[in-house]
Amino acid sequence: MNTININGTDFDVKDEELELTLLDYLRERRFLTGTKNGCEKGLCGSCTVAIDDKALRACKTPVKKAVGTKVVTIEGMEGKGGTLHPLQKAFMDAGAIQCGFCTPGMVMSSYALLVRDPAPSRDAIRKALRGNLCRCTGYQQIVDAVELAAKVIREQAVSARPGCEE
Amino acid sequence: MRTDNAFRNDARAKVTGRATYADDVSFAGMLHAVPVYSEYISAKDLHIDATAALASPGCVRVITAADVPGSAVFGQIEKDYPMLVADRIRSWGDVCAIVVADTREAAKAAAALVSITATAMKPVLTIDEALEPGAPVVSSWGDSNIVTHHRLRHGDPEPLFAGCELILEEDFTTQAIEHAYMEPEAAVCVPRSDGVVEIYGSMQHPFSTRRFTAALLGEPLSNVEVYTIAVGGGFGGKDDNAAAVCARTALAARLTGRPVKMRYDREWSMRETYKRHPYRLHYKVGVSSEGKVLAVKTTMQADSGAYLSVTPWVTWRSTAQCFGPYSIDNIHADVYGIATNNIFTGAMRGFGAPQVNFAVEQLMDMIGHKLKIHPLGLRRINMVKQDSVTVTGQKMTGHTVSLEDVMNQVVHEIGYRKKYENCSFGKSETDELYGIGLAISYRGASLGAEGMDFCSCIINGQYDGSILLETGIHENGQGSESTMVLVLAEELGVDLKRIRYRRSSTSAIPDSGTTVATRGTIMGGSSVVIAAKQYKELLQKHLAERLRCKPEEVTFHDDKIWGLNFAYSLTWEEAMRELFLQRITPYAFGTFQAPPVSWDDTNGQGDAYFTFVYSCQAVELSVNKKTGKVTMLNIVAGHDIGKAINKAMLLGQMYGGVVQGMGMALMEDFVRQDGKSTTLNFDKYLIPRITDVPEMTGIIVENHDPNSLTGAKGIGEPALELIAPAIANAVYNATGVRYKDMPIRIRPEDLA
Repeated sequence: MNTININGTDFDVKDEELELTLLDYLRERRFLTGTKNGCEKGLCGSCTVAIDDKALRACKTPVKKAVGTKVVTIEGMEGKGGTLHPLQKAFMDAGAIQCGFCTPGMVMSSYALLVRDPAPSRDAIRKALRGNLCRCTGYQQIVDAVELAAKVIREQAVSARPGCEE
Repeated sequence: MRTDNAFRNDARAKVTGRATYADDVSFAGMLHAVPVYSEYISAKDLHIDATAALASPGCVRVITAADVPGSAVFGQIEKDYPMLVADRIRSWGDVCAIVVADTREAAKAAAALVSITATAMKPVLTIDEALEPGAPVVSSWGDSNIVTHHRLRHGDPEPLFAGCELILEEDFTTQAIEHAYMEPEAAVCVPRSDGVVEIYGSMQHPFSTRRFTAALLGEPLSNVEVYTIAVGGGFGGKDDNAAAVCARTALAARLTGRPVKMRYDREWSMRETYKRHPYRLHYKVGVSSEGKVLAVKTTMQADSGAYLSVTPWVTWRSTAQCFGPYSIDNIHADVYGIATNNIFTGAMRGFGAPQVNFAVEQLMDMIGHKLKIHPLGLRRINMVKQDSVTVTGQKMTGHTVSLEDVMNQVVHEIGYRKKYENCSFGKSETDELYGIGLAISYRGASLGAEGMDFCSCIINGQYDGSILLETGIHENGQGSESTMVLVLAEELGVDLKRIRYRRSSTSAIPDSGTTVATRGTIMGGSSVVIAAKQYKELLQKHLAERLRCKPEEVTFHDDKIWGLNFAYSLTWEEAMRELFLQRITPYAFGTFQAPPVSWDDTNGQGDAYFTFVYSCQAVELSVNKKTGKVTMLNIVAGHDIGKAINKAMLLGQMYGGVVQGMGMALMEDFVRQDGKSTTLNFDKYLIPRITDVPEMTGIIVENHDPNSLTGAKGIGEPALELIAPAIANAVYNATGVRYKDMPIRIRPEDLA
C-alpha cells in the first residue's frame, strides 16, 4: 500500500496516481487548491509545500517520491477550530498579502525555514525565500511577516516552558 | 476610518489557501479547453485540418473561426484583435483554434495533432522596417503602419535653440516588458439554463470581458454574466487578452453546452498576451546658462505590435506628460504608434509614462552635469509649482502642487546631498563603485482626457444591521475592496465587521469602466462617499422622529446612530428594524463622475487631468568594476497620494511598484527575435527575486485632494514610473557611464 500523509491524514495512493506530479495530485485528486500552479517548471515557487518539514516544489515532485512522507500544504497550517499559524497571522498583520497567489508558497517556504532556524536574520529570510517569486509586494512586508512570526513563535515557546506561567 | 494596521477583507482567505482563483473553480461535467497557435509570424490563406485531433482520445471538439456565431475580431478601440484567426495570421501569438476535451491532458494531446498550413508572408519586425516605403501594411484597417500620431504644440521651440547656452540631443530606447503576474490566465464558463453564460475568469476588467464575450457569441451583453473572483495580479495585463481567454472559453461552453475550463500554461500566457510598449525616444533640449529649459522638441515611436489594443491611449499619456513634471513654455512633441508583426503591446502599469521618465529624468541629470548645476537645483528651477502651466497648457490649480516638498522629504530621508558628494563617478579604490540617484515625476490620476470616467456604488442595508457594499471597481489583488470598506466605515461611523464587500458581477452593477490608470481609489472611493451620503440622508429622514430631533441633526458614529446631543441613539439593528416597519428600503445607489477635463487633439493642449500625484524616488547602489553587477543598497520612495486610507497596503503598492520598475531598469527583457520569443517562462524572463531587492522606505505625503471625495488620489502607477531613471542616474554617478537603453546592461569593458 502506498500512503502519503497530507496535513495529518493518511491517504492511499492509487497506482495510476503515482505518475502524477504532487501538484496535480493535491489540486486535482485531493482538491487542495491552496497550492498554486504558476509555471509548472519549478521556477516560481507558488506550489511550494513542506515535505517532512522541507520546502519543496510540488510541480517538480512526483507523487511516488512523496510516498511515505508527511506533506503539509497551506490548508494544513490552520489549526483545529480555525486557529491560524503564527506565520499566517503575521502575513495578515504585516500587510504581506496582495494578490495572494504567491502567499501559500511563501508561507510554506517560511515554515520550513523556521523549523530549521527559529531566529533567522532578515538576510537569512531573504535567502530562504529566494525561490519564491512575488510580483505584487516588492517582498519587504513578506520579510517583515516572517520576522514577526519567528518572534511570536519564540515567545510562545518560552511561555509554554514549565515555570514560565505567570 | 483610516488604518495603520494592515486591513484586507480577503487576507484570511488568502493566507489559508481558501481564496478561489479561476483555476480553483470546478463544475460537474466540466470540459477542458486549450489554445492552438501556429509557427507563422505573418501569413494568409490559413487552413486548419482537425481530423487527427478529433480522432484523438477524449477530444470533444475543435473550434475555429468558422464556428464563431458573432464576430471573431474585437478590440477596445479598433476591432482588430482576432479571438480566433480566420484567414490572416499577424503574429506568433495568434490563436488559430481551441481544442476541447474531457481532460486538460487530452486537450493538449489533441492540440498537438491540429494541422495548420498557410502561405507565409514577409513579416514587419522592427519600427524601421514598418516605416520603409512600400513596407507591408500590418493592420487590417489602416493604410499605413503609423497607427496613431499625437501632436503637442505648446509655444514655438525652434527659434529659441539658437539662443540657448546648452543644446542636448539624445536618443533613448526601452524594451518590451511582460506583466508577469503570478497567476496565468484562466477562465471557467458555465452555460446556465436561463440562457446566460457565467464567467469566472482571471481578468481585471469584467465589463470589457463581457463585451469581448458578447461580441464573439453574437449575443446581447445581458446574456453574459462575469463574476468577480480572486485574481492573481494584473498590472494592466489582464484587460483585452484575459477578456479574449474568457470569451473563447465561453464560446466553447456555448458550443458544447457544458461547463468548460481553460487554464493557460505560463508559456502560452507569455507568448500570446500583450506587453509594455518598447519606445524609441529622441529629445532635443535647449537650456539657458541658469539652467532653465527653454525649448524642447521630441519624437517618440512606440512599437504597437500586430494589434492596436490601447496604443492610442498609452501614447496619449506619453504626449500629455512628454517632458516629465516640468513647466516648459516652448515644446513640440510627436508621438507615434507603429504597427509591426511583433506580439502586440498594450496596457501595463505606468502606461506610457515610465518610458518618457526614463529619458527625461536622465536628461535633467545630464543637463545639470554639463552646466555644473546641482541636479536638485536644476529640477527645482524647472519643476511644476502651484499655478504653474504644464506642457499641455493646463494651469496647476485646484489641488496642492507638492512636488518640491515631496522631493525635499525624499532627499532628506536618504541624505542625498551628502551622499552625492561620495559618488564614485568611475573612480574607486575598491572593486565597488558607489552611486546615488533620484528622479521625480507627476502623474495625472485616473483616465484624464483618455476616456469617460465614472464609477458606481451600491449600499444595501440588511435587516440585522449588517451592510452589503459593492462598487464597479475590480479587485486585482491591490486591495481595492478593503479600501472601499474602510471608506464606507468612516462615512457611516460603523465597525469594519458590519460591512461585507459583495463581490459583484456585471449583471449586478452598471459598467464602471476598467480598474486601471490609478483610478480605483479615487473613483471607487468617491462613489462610496456619494452613495453613503444618500444613504445617510435616507436614514436621517426616517429616523429623526425616533431620535427626537431634526433630520439634519442625526449623526453617525461609534457604530450607532445618534440624535441631538447624544440624548437618544439607535443601534444599527434597531434602526434597520425601524426602517422595515416604515416599509423603507435601506438602499442607496451612487455614481461619481470625474471632474471635467479637456483636450484638443490637433495641438495636444487642454486640461489633461483633474489632479496629479507627485512623486520622488531615490536609490543607492554599487556597481562591481570587474563584473558590472549592480547591487541595490537602499531605496526611498515618496509620494503625495492625497490621503492614506490603508497605510500598510499603500506602502505595499509603493514597494511592489518600485521593484517592478527596478526589474525593468536592470533585468527584464521580453525578447522578440524574428517575431518569436525565447523568454516564455521565469528561467529566461527574469523578474526581481527577494534577494535582489534592498530594504526600502516609503514616505507618505498627504495633501487632501479636493477633487477626490475621500481626499485620496492613488498609488498604483506612480510607484512604478520613476525608479528606472533614478537607477540610471545612480549608475552614472557610480560609473561615469550614461546608459540610455533599457534594460541597463553594464559590461566590465564599459568601466575600464
